[in-house]
Amino acid sequence: MGTPAIELKNITKTFGPIVANKDVCLTVNKGEILSILGENGSGKTTLMNMISGIYFPDHGQIFINGEEVLIRSPKDAFKYKIGMIHQHFKLVDVFSATENIVLGLKDDGKYNLKASEKKIREITAQYGFELEPSKKIHEMSVSEKQTVEIIKVLYRGADILILDEPTAVLTPQETKKLFAVLRKMRDSGKAIIIITHKLHEVLSLSDRVSVLRKGEYIGTVNTAETSESELTEMMVGKKIELNIERTKVEETPDRLEIRKISCVNREGITLLNNISFTAKAGEILGIAGIAGSGQRELLESIAGLQKLNSGEILYHNPTTGYTENLRDKSPVKIKELGVRLSFVPEDRLGMGLVGNMDIIDNMLLRSYRRGKSAFLERKKPKDLANKIIEELEVVTPSAKTPVRRLSGGNVQKVLVGREIASSPTVLMVAYPVRGLDINSSYLIYNLLNKQKENGVAVIFVGEDLDVLIELCDRIMVINSGKITGIVDAENTTKEEIGLLMTKNDGGESHE
Amino acid sequence: MIVSFIQRAVMQGIPLLYGSTGEIITEKGGHLNLGIPGIMYVGAISGVIGAFLYEQSAETVNPILAVIIPLLSSMLGSLLMGLIYCVLTITLHSNQNVTGLALTTFGVGFGNFFGGSLIKLTNSDTPSIALVETSKCFKTPLPFAEKLGWVGELFFSYSFLAYAAIIIAIVVSIFFNRTRKGLHLRAIGENPATADAAGINVDRYKYISTCIGSIIAGLGGLYYVMDYADGIWSNNAFGDRGWLAIALVIFAVWRPNVSILGSILFGGLLIAYNYIQNLSFEQQELIKMMPYVVTILVLIVISMRNKKENQPPASLGLSYFREER
Amino acid sequence: MSKSASKSHEPLFHVVKRASIPLWQSLLIRAGAILAALIVAGLLTFFLTGLNPIDVYATMIDGAIGTEKRIWNLFQGIALLLCVSLAVTPAFKMKFWNIGAEGQALMGGLAAALCMILYSDKLSPAVLMLVMVVTSVVSGAVWALIPAIFKAKWNTNETLFTLMMNYIATQLVSYFSYKYSVPKGSGSIGIINSSTKIGWFPSILDQKYLLNIIIVVILTFILYVYLKHSKHGYEISVVGESENTAKYIGINVKKVIIRTMILSGAICGIAGLIMVAGTDHTIATDTVGGRGFTAIMVSWLAKFNPIMMFLTSFLIVFLEKGAIAISSEFDLNSSFSDIITGIIIFFIIGSEFFINYSIKFRESKKEAKSK
Repeated sequence: MGTPAIELKNITKTFGPIVANKDVCLTVNKGEILSILGENGSGKTTLMNMISGIYFPDHGQIFINGEEVLIRSPKDAFKYKIGMIHQHFKLVDVFSATENIVLGLKDDGKYNLKASEKKIREITAQYGFELEPSKKIHEMSVSEKQTVEIIKVLYRGADILILDEPTAVLTPQETKKLFAVLRKMRDSGKAIIIITHKLHEVLSLSDRVSVLRKGEYIGTVNTAETSESELTEMMVGKKIELNIERTKVEETPDRLEIRKISCVNREGITLLNNISFTAKAGEILGIAGIAGSGQRELLESIAGLQKLNSGEILYHNPTTGYTENLRDKSPVKIKELGVRLSFVPEDRLGMGLVGNMDIIDNMLLRSYRRGKSAFLERKKPKDLANKIIEELEVVTPSAKTPVRRLSGGNVQKVLVGREIASSPTVLMVAYPVRGLDINSSYLIYNLLNKQKENGVAVIFVGEDLDVLIELCDRIMVINSGKITGIVDAENTTKEEIGLLMTKNDGGESHE
Repeated sequence: MIVSFIQRAVMQGIPLLYGSTGEIITEKGGHLNLGIPGIMYVGAISGVIGAFLYEQSAETVNPILAVIIPLLSSMLGSLLMGLIYCVLTITLHSNQNVTGLALTTFGVGFGNFFGGSLIKLTNSDTPSIALVETSKCFKTPLPFAEKLGWVGELFFSYSFLAYAAIIIAIVVSIFFNRTRKGLHLRAIGENPATADAAGINVDRYKYISTCIGSIIAGLGGLYYVMDYADGIWSNNAFGDRGWLAIALVIFAVWRPNVSILGSILFGGLLIAYNYIQNLSFEQQELIKMMPYVVTILVLIVISMRNKKENQPPASLGLSYFREER
Repeated sequence: MSKSASKSHEPLFHVVKRASIPLWQSLLIRAGAILAALIVAGLLTFFLTGLNPIDVYATMIDGAIGTEKRIWNLFQGIALLLCVSLAVTPAFKMKFWNIGAEGQALMGGLAAALCMILYSDKLSPAVLMLVMVVTSVVSGAVWALIPAIFKAKWNTNETLFTLMMNYIATQLVSYFSYKYSVPKGSGSIGIINSSTKIGWFPSILDQKYLLNIIIVVILTFILYVYLKHSKHGYEISVVGESENTAKYIGINVKKVIIRTMILSGAICGIAGLIMVAGTDHTIATDTVGGRGFTAIMVSWLAKFNPIMMFLTSFLIVFLEKGAIAISSEFDLNSSFSDIITGIIIFFIIGSEFFINYSIKFRESKKEAKSK
């Protein structure tokens, strides 16, 4: 052991003003599994995309087997026997596994699916995969699809395999099987890089761990010589003071009560698992968790966009005093019940706003039904648009500019401005500062604080732990659709939240 | 009676088979080409122009040249039509439906303009051009057909273009299922981003498949005029055959080998009214509706059963722009 | 450095989607496209016919607007095409590819013609007219509703479905043409009520087409207002732009699809009514005359704006009428107009690319995107 298969030296990559990777150095040996650990946005995927030929680094060198190489395209990557398994599978649904595996190959001898199938069976037998080569992709489970992607890479003779969060979509049993396969591949001399933010997986699988934080390379440790707490600290770093003002609100009645909700998708994967919590008026409840832990499904089920398998969503109406169950009600129905619920979704231009419409018409999205007339009333939306442009300092040529032409921060101001304008009692925001500059971010924080002071129950899904700790009153941590803990923001640490985020089983129900 | 019915059905079906095979190749690459009726029309008139010029210039008609010249000019005409469609929809990312319909307008206009001009040149009394000599060369049947009685009539009485249609359909079927390039083309029609990531040159495949599809469809027009219509061209006689060819694509669930039988069935449905006793004219018109009704039923059934293998190619009608995510 | 990797793969230029383009620039591109098309069509005319293109274009203009009667005919032609174009627009805005306008209009016309044939002697003219309007609208709407239901329920491909519905409508017309043909067995109905003129649209100010034009003008404004200022129109836009957003604000997408297609078909029905009661006074398989397909281009080229559609349909009808004049003047075939129309449309369609995308020439940047 110890022959480097691939070495990265001082790799830097920027996208405009954003530095995705800064002076990253990394070595992977043959017959070794290296984990790359880091939070969302720490630059793990960008780094791997540079090895697999999707991006080209601004600075730095890549060595394969000791020789410096240039990787300009996925084709070049194949040439150096590098194969990457992306999070989003690139498969043709109506093709069989074999057809997908040989797709795009040109120098594979005569086209003969039988022969290819035989070769695939040899690979599956060698590493212990379970896969029927003639099965169609659309008949497959997610883990089978992933297997196809892995075999696709092996079939092309890859010696260096990169897996981007391979376990995110797998059940625990499937994960176990995958790990067994990966260990076999390591034993046969392959170099394997696995991107993940699940600590327990890192510890159980890998030989060494490299940690990235906000694009920077923090260090590499041997798995045998480290601990969860050391890795967490490397991953989340020291606390940074942000000076977000946190106001204290005295009276905080319960506003929204979530009781044991569960949700299973069509593939049978549990998205929400027995979640219970209460959101109080005059409080910001933070939701922390690794991306895809069920945050979106949770917010969408409250907003009436996601069918639930069980549980109740109770809303305590402050004006009438009644309690309504919002479960499985449509957004229109929820509104008719007098529930003033606002929702800033993660996908701003694909869901919250219509990119090709101007700011005024985007204001209409929430209010166009108002009144008995069959026609639209654009006067008030126009005033609202102008008010938002003025108060939130939206940079735009006019209120008649299509929102897709605005910058990310201004798009978000328009969206948040509209959602706040309906004076909600519950405000849900998902990653509201993603992609925004500092000034816009603080503007959003202030808006949320003001809502809180007005007695709104704010639910804030975020990714930056520093922000969550300074902005929120309580933080609920979820992992794989389960609550792993609810902590008081004033008395918690980043390490505590980091550990909860990666905790494997938070079985007990919290309240 | 039955033999002659099937024989006529086959002859009706061959142009549709050409058209649908051509359209299937195009659609498998993800392009819905509604210009097929125009392309078939141009294929026909180009052949007519070639044959006309040859018949006018040659003193005696050489049977080989009489076949090759119209064949090549027909292929050239439909190739150019295919190229127009490709430049607009593939390179310039134009809307496929609009481009296709414009191509059909253009193609039919082109055909009628030249058809009309040629008719005027011949100074004939009827509004048509008769290319009887050329047609004879096209229609040369297999020499042993007559000796085999009804078997010969049923299976061996057609012209070479009819057999070519069936052979092409079978070859295309094999191409899709048994060759690497066929696999690549199908991948493009289903998921161009995946094909692109696998290192397949998406645009090149689309260009080639659409152009070959156009040429094949154009041959359907040529067969119609030279063989089915005995070399007599008159404007608009080709009728709705181009649209029927598109219907046949659905009926055959995007499989050229199914379309062989489908084309004969459609042909049969088209002429059935001639063979059913005591039909009034209006009833005949209702019978002629059958191919379309059947097609709609097939379309409904495949969407209701929602079986992945029978669906239209997933990216049909969408243009592919790599940097759009 | 490895030798095999030393060759750069970077293309000289690459194409990016434009965020926006100033109006004058987009108009300039379109005008340039039309000009280029006219030059190409002129050259083609010269090579095919040996005629001087300038003469040809002059004849064309004269043929389209040379006399008062020609101008009336021009506007009548525009009215018919525009009416069908208006009909397909709500569906297209919703990204529902209704290419069945031909059949929907034909069904509307058929309904009107059947009413005229069957009830002329049973109903008073006023009641008959009312019945004609209602049945035309309903027939057109039903013809559009059928594919819409299947689209909403099973996501059946609407392009192919509506296309097939056209030919069923054609055969139905054919069936009735034989059933009620005059003289018997001729397969054509002939002018209905040619002496009594029952069921015909009345002439206004001695102009037989004026009523048609008025109806379409009113429809244009109604549709403009409907799409731009009504709640329904707003929902159509949202569904067409993003189904996800539609769900987010609680729009019932299936309901909108069905409602909009009923509207689309109903306007087609009115178009059919105008063609039968206001123009041809008979029904035949070519009554709609391909306008259902041309309308798609009209609507698309005008970016689904009813007012702009007046201009695009003007362009196309102008070309058509002009080309008919050329063909009689220079003894050419009337199909010449289709060739010229085709060329101009190709150029306009192609020019959209330069409005939506811009070509960027690469500097020696190293970034190689591949997704």
